[in-house]
Amino acid sequence: MDISFALTGKGFVIVAADTTAARSIVKMKLDEDKIKVLSPHLLMAFSGEPGDTVQFAEYVERNIRLYQIRNTYALRPSSAASWIRRTLADSIRSRKPYAVNLLVGGYDTSTHTPSLYWVDYLGTQASVPFGAHGYGSYFALSLLDRYHNPEATLEEGLDTLRRCIDEVSKRLIVAPGKYKVKIVDKDGVREIEL
Amino acid sequence: MNMVTERYARYLAEHYNEARRYDSRTTIFSPEGRLYQIEYAMEAISHAGTVLGVLAKDGVVLAAEKKVTGKLLDLSGVKEGGYGGSGEKIFLLNSNVVTGVAGITADANSLVNYARQAAQKHLFAYNEDIPVELLAQRLCDLKQGYTQYGGLRPFGVSLLYAGYDVHYDFQLYHSDPSGNYSGWKATSIGANNGTAQSLLKQEYKDDMGVEEAIGLVLRVMSKTMDSTTLGSEKLEFATLTLDPTTKQPKARIYKPAEVDALLVEQGLAKKDEDSEMRAV
Repeated sequence: MDISFALTGKGFVIVAADTTAARSIVKMKLDEDKIKVLSPHLLMAFSGEPGDTVQFAEYVERNIRLYQIRNTYALRPSSAASWIRRTLADSIRSRKPYAVNLLVGGYDTSTHTPSLYWVDYLGTQASVPFGAHGYGSYFALSLLDRYHNPEATLEEGLDTLRRCIDEVSKRLIVAPGKYKVKIVDKDGVREIEL
Repeated sequence: MNMVTERYARYLAEHYNEARRYDSRTTIFSPEGRLYQIEYAMEAISHAGTVLGVLAKDGVVLAAEKKVTGKLLDLSGVKEGGYGGSGEKIFLLNSNVVTGVAGITADANSLVNYARQAAQKHLFAYNEDIPVELLAQRLCDLKQGYTQYGGLRPFGVSLLYAGYDVHYDFQLYHSDPSGNYSGWKATSIGANNGTAQSLLKQEYKDDMGVEEAIGLVLRVMSKTMDSTTLGSEKLEFATLTLDPTTKQPKARIYKPAEVDALLVEQGLAKKDEDSEMRAV
């Protein structure tokens, strides 16, 4: 039921995820954070099987942190996404695979470029200008096709995100009420209110 | 004397020879706090062929002196194929790292193999070329292990790594048998490395381009090598630059003919004795 969106713009990536934790037909919690800050310039929105999501996200978070401590510099977004994909690809070939879908957004401080990766539980990875997971993707991807601009300013990017969220609210039966939005750019990661 | 120390004294007396043999075989501290096995390994390296490295702003240059030469050595396999060089001193570790080795060649081959595997493992896990410092660290972790674990001899090899990555651009590292490594603008290992380093210190300039660095390396090499003339049978040479179109690191290990052509270009080529005689 989780919904997550992400899009790139000129020098930034916006990552958004709903904040509902539900079980069956019941909303259990309305302020769940489903976007992990993996490093000063790396974000990861996670969705999928409850339990697997948090477990896997924490596993990734700690391994990325360990790499940074051991090797003095942080993994670049492309390398981090590749490692995460590899971990999921190994996982699905194990006895108890993680069922987790991800959007990994980051700003590469060595090449000064924003990048976004769409990753699913099968170990598929794609570098994308925008991406979405969950029921929201059925509504948002066509909007993003129409309105996404890789050269957009942050305000324009947020407008496009609002369009996606509004469309989901209008058309989806089980639309979530609230979203958390995080941004990563040259200055690092920050959370904003829509 | 109590029972325990008495038994220990008897044990020592009975096993004295065995204990002494064991001491010399493992890397343990001497009473003065030194690790002789490591020092001996470094000594072995200071007799090996010189390896020189110079870091320029748009590339890195490596040169190495070959010791295994002679008229009867079959070098026909060296002229073609492979990455270039003769496979004695300079090796390609990954598409972004070239190394020059000094010391026991057999040990070096083993380390080169290990480094290539480490680089490929990194590529497999992270889908990027291994950062140069990380590769140096991987090798040093291995080398350090042999300064501690008993019964084994350390690697008798020092390496120079010439590499490129997006974190620090062009880089030059040196690592020794103890597992220490350090970054340099210009440095040298092997025989006469003291002379080479003082020459480098005098002539190195911070804003050097790769062409200038090639000249510097060959000049220093010609002064430090035992033989009076430079030629491809005594010299291995490599550069690491950025490909102008792809912006990707491009390693070039010169083939013997290319080394000779370079020496002619730099005016350091071997003089043809016959023509000299005729001129006189």
